[in-house]
Amino acid sequence: MKWDEFFVTGDPMIYGADVSIVLTMVGILFYLTKYKKWKWLWDEWLTTVDHKKLGIMYIVSAVLMLFRGGVDALLMRTQLAVPEAKFLDSQHYNEIFTTHGTIMIIFMAMPFLIGLINVVVPLQIGARDVAYPYLNAVSFWTFFIGAMLFNISFVIGGSPSAGWTSYMPLASNELSPGPGQNYYLLGLQIAGIGTLLTGINFLVTILKMRAPGMTLFRMPMFTWSSLVTMVIIIFAFPILTVALALMTFDRLFGSHFFTLQGAGMDMLWANLFWLWGHPEVYIVILPAFGMFSEIISTFSRKTLFGYKAMIWSMLLIAGYSFLVWVHHFFTMGSGALVNSVFSITTMAIGIPTGVKIFNWLFTMYRGKIQFTTPMLWSLGFIVNFVIGGVTGVMLAMAAADYQYHNTYFLVSHFHYVLIAGTVFACFAGLIYWYPKMFGYKLNERIGKWVFWVFTIGFNVCFFPQYFLGLDGMPRRVYTYSEESGWGPLNMVSTIGGFMMGIAFLILVYNMYYSFRYAKRETTGDAWDGRTLEWSTPTAMPPFYNFAKIPEVTGLDHFWRQKQAGKVEKLKAEDIKPIHMPSNSGVPFIMASFFFVAGFGMVFDWMWMAIAGMIGVFATLIYRSFEYNDGYYVSVEEVIETEKISK
Amino acid sequence: MASKTAANEHHGFPWKHLIGFVLSIVLTLFALWIALETDLSMTWILIIIFGFAFLQAALQLLMFMHVTENSTKSNLTSRVQIGNILFAAFVAIVIVIGSVWVMTAGHAKHDKNQHAPKTENHENHGGGSEHDSGEHGSHE
Ligand code: HEM
Ligand SMILES: [Cu+2]
Repeated sequence: MKWDEFFVTGDPMIYGADVSIVLTMVGILFYLTKYKKWKWLWDEWLTTVDHKKLGIMYIVSAVLMLFRGGVDALLMRTQLAVPEAKFLDSQHYNEIFTTHGTIMIIFMAMPFLIGLINVVVPLQIGARDVAYPYLNAVSFWTFFIGAMLFNISFVIGGSPSAGWTSYMPLASNELSPGPGQNYYLLGLQIAGIGTLLTGINFLVTILKMRAPGMTLFRMPMFTWSSLVTMVIIIFAFPILTVALALMTFDRLFGSHFFTLQGAGMDMLWANLFWLWGHPEVYIVILPAFGMFSEIISTFSRKTLFGYKAMIWSMLLIAGYSFLVWVHHFFTMGSGALVNSVFSITTMAIGIPTGVKIFNWLFTMYRGKIQFTTPMLWSLGFIVNFVIGGVTGVMLAMAAADYQYHNTYFLVSHFHYVLIAGTVFACFAGLIYWYPKMFGYKLNERIGKWVFWVFTIGFNVCFFPQYFLGLDGMPRRVYTYSEESGWGPLNMVSTIGGFMMGIAFLILVYNMYYSFRYAKRETTGDAWDGRTLEWSTPTAMPPFYNFAKIPEVTGLDHFWRQKQAGKVEKLKAEDIKPIHMPSNSGVPFIMASFFFVAGFGMVFDWMWMAIAGMIGVFATLIYRSFEYNDGYYVSVEEVIETEKISK
Repeated sequence: MASKTAANEHHGFPWKHLIGFVLSIVLTLFALWIALETDLSMTWILIIIFGFAFLQAALQLLMFMHVTENSTKSNLTSRVQIGNILFAAFVAIVIVIGSVWVMTAGHAKHDKNQHAPKTENHENHGGGSEHDSGEHGSHE
């Protein structure tokens, strides 16, 4: 391979990206060196096993990915604004919709949610960390490295262009030559390790590390939704792992699992992909449901309506989510019986979802509603998500889906559920738990601007797409003719897209503004909350979370304590030494070896792949022989930390 | 924190894991050998390697995954355990039987014998002739 093939050349936008990447890197290196921050970076972040810090790193990465995916989106909307535009050529457009979809689902939505779960769940169940803190660091770093590997594709080697679904035979060597598609396979594979480990880690954490008295049916709803999500992750992700591995074999080693030659089955890829893919959409929506439950209950000043119904409907959704995958390829033509069965299961899954909507409405009914920004996002969610759900049920009718499939109608459906569901939840959750993470709230006035600009922009962007779809505009086309008549609505849609971009910028400005000017919280209870994470005496909990593990007597324990005026004060004699896990640099190093291995595989440089894997195994072996049982925080230190912070 | 209790449970050389590991590798190599080096018929190869696969799954459950350990501490744990195993079985059955059904019903079945360019699919599925041709107009 020659150097001019190694780097992507020829496009001025890519050169611009090259320059900005190099400048950013130089800037960061300069800053770290000038202000002597290297040690700080290593000690406080790269080696940390603290769930709160890992959570923050997840969220920061997700926001960066939201930016990258958002830029992709605006490039596409610019190209589509007018008929026969020449802004992007078809290959470039294909690459952009592929990276947009992949990044938004795998590297934005999931890490954002997992980040919030990391920060909040251990606090909500009264634990000092997760069950396997070290593994948690491995999860984060493999996710991060997978994301980075995927992201460098657009400057080194070329991006994948077969869609986030990467159907075969389009994604095969013949039709997608070059390293692009390998980036997809390896990036997702490495990040997938992290996701699977997170699934195991939080399942065990929630089952085993709850504070005394917190029975399963006393857990906050966000914790419940995380638990169910983890179960889905554990059962769905292995399917993706295997499917990705098989396609990697096809592309790198000449096997014939999904190829057209040699008795391969191309549609088996679609089948496996959606066997994972549909559960995946529930992986990104259930934690969102959990967050809205917390927020709506907090700001309605009422216990969640139908707590048990909520839980049972989530469990049902978890089971059902494995029974509907064929609705993504009704048009493959598996026959009337198969399509009918999956039509019915798909419609049935709408029922538990509907139950939850009513529960939120009844929670608000006769509550004293406070219209804070997290609450606004939650209300916006209910209205817009219903539109997405209703159009989902329309798509679920197999016969009708022959019309809607792969048109903008479908595009609009999944943006109404993914943006109004997952993204709204990420924003709501970020704002709601911001004081837990950083010690101050985001400015509410600016926050409301963000909400309105974003929500209006969102509807302006995606509502017209339903009509474009009904009018026959296919998805994944890089341009369309004047005569099609799709021009005006596309222009409207593009305007809406840019409004969302502006809202994102205001959100980032709000982070800066609040960092400078926001009033610092003096207590741990910024919103007059109900659950244990608000019960820490300081705004940001110390690294061990709770000096004394709380004892829980029922749902909304902290709220009821406050109502009864019986919030316990911490007494020095209650404090015992606290056992905590030690930091470790191994997860970061292991992930770096994964990067080397992945990069080697992408370019089919086996020496490099093998060297990288040897490194990975070396770190595994090192870890196996490492006897580090953590350390104890002394009573004096705890007393001092708690005093200082008062 | 969790490592504290875990560390107490395991001591001595992990024979169980080592044996499980070696046996897994042996079974895999055996399967490979049967598939590549023998001239049994396809059906027999499939039966044998499926047998090995089930054996290996059972082995791993036994050697690595603690299926036989039952928790005496709380019956919540054992309920969760049983729920998990049942759900695993449910998902496994859905994946395997579901995929076979979806991939062989309707259109996929026609593919075998009908459309000339896409037919190198399978050996001899034999199902190609009984079909109702109504349900797929457009395909390529
Ligand atoms: C009421 C519940 C829902 C129903 C009945 C439903 C139904 C459907 C159907 C039938 C399709 C396939 C349409 C086609 O390809 O022609 C589809 C696509 C999709 N749905 Fe949903 N859906 C629901 C909820 C959700 C949720 C909650 C999410 C995610 C948060 C979601 C995300 C997606 C995505 C990403 C796609 C398209 C993927 C692609 O082809 O690239 N859906 N939905
Ligand atoms: Cu689906």
